[in-house]
Amino acid sequence: MTGTGDALAARIARLNTAYAHAIDDDRLEDWPGFFTDDGLYRIVTRENHEAGLPLAIVHCDGAAMMRDRVRAMRTANIFEPHTYCHTVGAAEIVGKDGGVHTARTNFIVVRTMHSGAMSVFACGRYLDRIVERDGALKFAERVAVCDSRTVDTLLVVPL
Amino acid sequence: MSTAQLWPDDDVSRVPYRVYSDPDIHVREQERIFRGPTWNFLCLEAEIPNPGDYRTSVIGDAPIVVVRGRDGGINALVNRCAHKGALVCYKPRGTVSEFTCVYHNWTYDLDGSLTGVAFRRGVRGEGGMEAGFEPGAHGLQRLRAESRNGLVFATFSDEAPDLETYIGPAILAALDRVFVKPVRVLGYHSQLLPNNWKLYAENTKDSYHATLLHVFHNTFGIVRFTMGGGIRLSENGWHHLSFTERAADGSERGGAEAVRSLKEQYALEDPSLMEHRLELGDRITNSIQTIFPTLVVQQILNALAVRQLVPRGPEACELKWTVLGFEDDDESFEALRLKVNNLVGPAGYVSMEDGCIGGFIDAATRSAPEGRSFMRMGGTAIEPAGASRVTEAAVRGFWRAWRDCMAL
Repeated sequence: MTGTGDALAARIARLNTAYAHAIDDDRLEDWPGFFTDDGLYRIVTRENHEAGLPLAIVHCDGAAMMRDRVRAMRTANIFEPHTYCHTVGAAEIVGKDGGVHTARTNFIVVRTMHSGAMSVFACGRYLDRIVERDGALKFAERVAVCDSRTVDTLLVVPL
Repeated sequence: MSTAQLWPDDDVSRVPYRVYSDPDIHVREQERIFRGPTWNFLCLEAEIPNPGDYRTSVIGDAPIVVVRGRDGGINALVNRCAHKGALVCYKPRGTVSEFTCVYHNWTYDLDGSLTGVAFRRGVRGEGGMEAGFEPGAHGLQRLRAESRNGLVFATFSDEAPDLETYIGPAILAALDRVFVKPVRVLGYHSQLLPNNWKLYAENTKDSYHATLLHVFHNTFGIVRFTMGGGIRLSENGWHHLSFTERAADGSERGGAEAVRSLKEQYALEDPSLMEHRLELGDRITNSIQTIFPTLVVQQILNALAVRQLVPRGPEACELKWTVLGFEDDDESFEALRLKVNNLVGPAGYVSMEDGCIGGFIDAATRSAPEGRSFMRMGGTAIEPAGASRVTEAAVRGFWRAWRDCMAL
């Protein structure tokens, strides 16, 4: 059982916190494990999202594509070193459809560069579909909708 | 600034670093390039299909509004009210029957002509516009506009040749190759880059860096150096095409030759994003075409896009991507395009480095305005090249265009 009411809210809060801390602590190899094997992860802009345009900045269809993302970042892609600090809001549990909970959670990501420069790199909302797998909550889908239509320089670490 | 001071010789393979940061050069570029005899990409016809549909764009620093006229033609107007100079359209897109400046309600027809001035006759005989006021002399500035392959361009210049002559047959053929049928916008990306616009413009013409900076293909064993391809240039060197194509017999898979040996080689766990459905009538996998000064048209496998480069002062620029599919894409083709677009854009496996590399140059050259680059791969010639594409000819072509316009 996924639980109801406060118990479910607490479990989703723990999921969101663990997800954010895995990224912020550079444990990106753990990141695909927050999803179901066929989970969908997308980063989109609010501009495209609200216009109904399907393009994503990152579009990972399945945990294998997420692992490829991490491997590419670790071995192939070149970028100035930086870290994220996520702050996530309280999840609003929007509904339940079969075994799928839909939730919306706001986020802010502050990016700190190697030089020490800090900026609000992204803010927006996660639109999630969450399911129970082997006693744990997983994202069947997580869409990070970014308020800004623009990305400063590049995006390599997932939000 | 005199030529002797900035650029003492005719050598476009050695660019003085000052051009990437000097505010005076930025001002001169606005006048001599963006408001000079160049055709500048504004938007796609597909974005403004019906009369009254508009979207805002820019030519250099100048705000432009592009609108579909009542006759179905395209009007490119400077987005600046003739009264006080305010933006007439402050929302990026919309549909209107006329333009109204919010400040004092001056109204303009879709062709830019002034149709109304609030309180022109005053109120109860008091006030009002001066006698002899001629509305016909106070419209929005209308630019020459032309479209080709559904791409809308405009120029401030009376001297620029027509658009097709400007682009020239070699690059026109490359556009015809990509735009084989009506397109659909899949979405937009934007990146703010921490460097002068010319560093990105050079990068798009620099086929030499492709496999060296972007090691994604190599790392995952995807690079195929026996592929065919080449570089084509417009006659004056201003515009370019760089392309690679698969060998017809599939032999490219066996002939890979590493230019950088990596300690570790990985395979993609999910290689589906590299699927390529041949759709343009040939075996070309990558085709980048640039039109001076700031347009890039891209085909990377099935990822199609136009990129508009917008200067944001001398020290930054914005790269605006409009990502495309075709109108008749079915669901599975659209799904493929969304996947392959992981290769490009702000988080693209083979494009994200282009976002930061200009900043690396900016950080190192700011302290050396008298220094000069050395771009002699392929010598000093500005000429087409074969499959290896190990040449900087198209970059030198960019600087030829820049110097032609700037008279520096």
